[in-house]
Amino acid sequence: MKKKIMSQANAPVIVIGTGLAGYNLVKEFRKQDTETPVLMITADDGRNYSKPMLSTGFTKGKTASDLAMADAGKMAEQLNVTIRTNTRVTGIDAEGHNIFIGEEPVAYSKLVLAWGAEPVAARIEGDAGEHVFAINDLQDYANFRAELDGKKRVLVMGAGLIGCEYANDLTNGDYQVEVVAPSNQILPNLLPEQAASAVQQGLEGLGVKFHLGPLITRANKIEKGLVADLSNGEQIETDIIVSAIGLRPRLDLAVKAGLQVSQGICVDRSLQTSEADIYALGDCAEVEGKVLLYVMPLMAGARALAKTLAGQPTEVSYGVMPVAVKTPVVPVVVSPPAVDGQWVIESNGADVKALCRDDAGALLGYALTGACVADKIALNKELPAILK
Amino acid sequence: MKKWECVVCGWVYDEEEGCPEEGLAPGTAWADVPDDFICPDCGVGKDDFEMVEI
Repeated sequence: MKKKIMSQANAPVIVIGTGLAGYNLVKEFRKQDTETPVLMITADDGRNYSKPMLSTGFTKGKTASDLAMADAGKMAEQLNVTIRTNTRVTGIDAEGHNIFIGEEPVAYSKLVLAWGAEPVAARIEGDAGEHVFAINDLQDYANFRAELDGKKRVLVMGAGLIGCEYANDLTNGDYQVEVVAPSNQILPNLLPEQAASAVQQGLEGLGVKFHLGPLITRANKIEKGLVADLSNGEQIETDIIVSAIGLRPRLDLAVKAGLQVSQGICVDRSLQTSEADIYALGDCAEVEGKVLLYVMPLMAGARALAKTLAGQPTEVSYGVMPVAVKTPVVPVVVSPPAVDGQWVIESNGADVKALCRDDAGALLGYALTGACVADKIALNKELPAILK
Repeated sequence: MKKWECVVCGWVYDEEEGCPEEGLAPGTAWADVPDDFICPDCGVGKDDFEMVEI
């Protein structure tokens, strides 16, 4: 028994995942603690990149490799950590403080799950599966860009944040883009209808064609490209399909390890899971019931957790966290209200200012498009914090 | 005067305009922006991520 405790004390802090969550956490941790050994494990090649920038490649004239800021070797040196790349963790033994890589156990003192979220898989019949791309990391993006080479037409499934960002970016790359989504407006759950319509018109002005209402049921190869069958009977010919129908926290390994999960891996304000010494951060975590798949909450979490890991227990708090949608043709910034209220909407072409207030007139949330995004900072001051 | 871009989210700091809302007067050089400045769009720190000159 004593031996086990000894070995745990000498064991490294293990971080699973080298995305924005993993790398930012370790950067913050190294400001507090330069010595404790840290082992980072990633299923991919460990290149440091910013996931939100994947949907801006054409607009900024960047290839997949341009978007990589440093490789795993450089990151390991910079952060004074060990990084095991192309390595998949297959199990977690919370009681024994071990993770498993296949048969190989690796002991941890503290474990951080920062393995992110995964795209919801599209269910499409037909033989075009290999031409359907869900872009969730740098390698996916590189594969997608390689496949795009020499093509002209792209069909985007989904009109949420990612779908709209790709639609805008791909038109900036001179592709002909059509978007199919079952919702009756773009950016559902994010924007009130009038604001969404301003963004849609902006994208249409660039040449994007929207098919709102139907689903893609089948996609088959034809002589030149692909043909997609829509549930309303329409057919669309295209060269490549981007699936952007949603993102959900990765849970499999957490469930297998007996951790409490709901939408995400449930953690408290110190980002601890239902097991001692296991923490979750970023897109895989559900912090007091909130799953927020954005950079800002992740950064707030990284700063708090770094201190906790360094021996100074710190709870995370979230201030105001507006979400920017990178549709440069009609910029969008939105702070969705946490509870229902009354929307008041002023609009003038692409410029929409939608404010949601409670009965007493207090601001609950907003949606701004076009030139109105400039009002963001003033409005933020009126908004309540998301997690005080 | 230069422009700097956050490599994580693409937010742009224009030295000419500054960022009065964040207490940075027009004309504030990026070098003179305090070390504890955080990106107003995504929250990364000045020292965590290099802003790149554009």
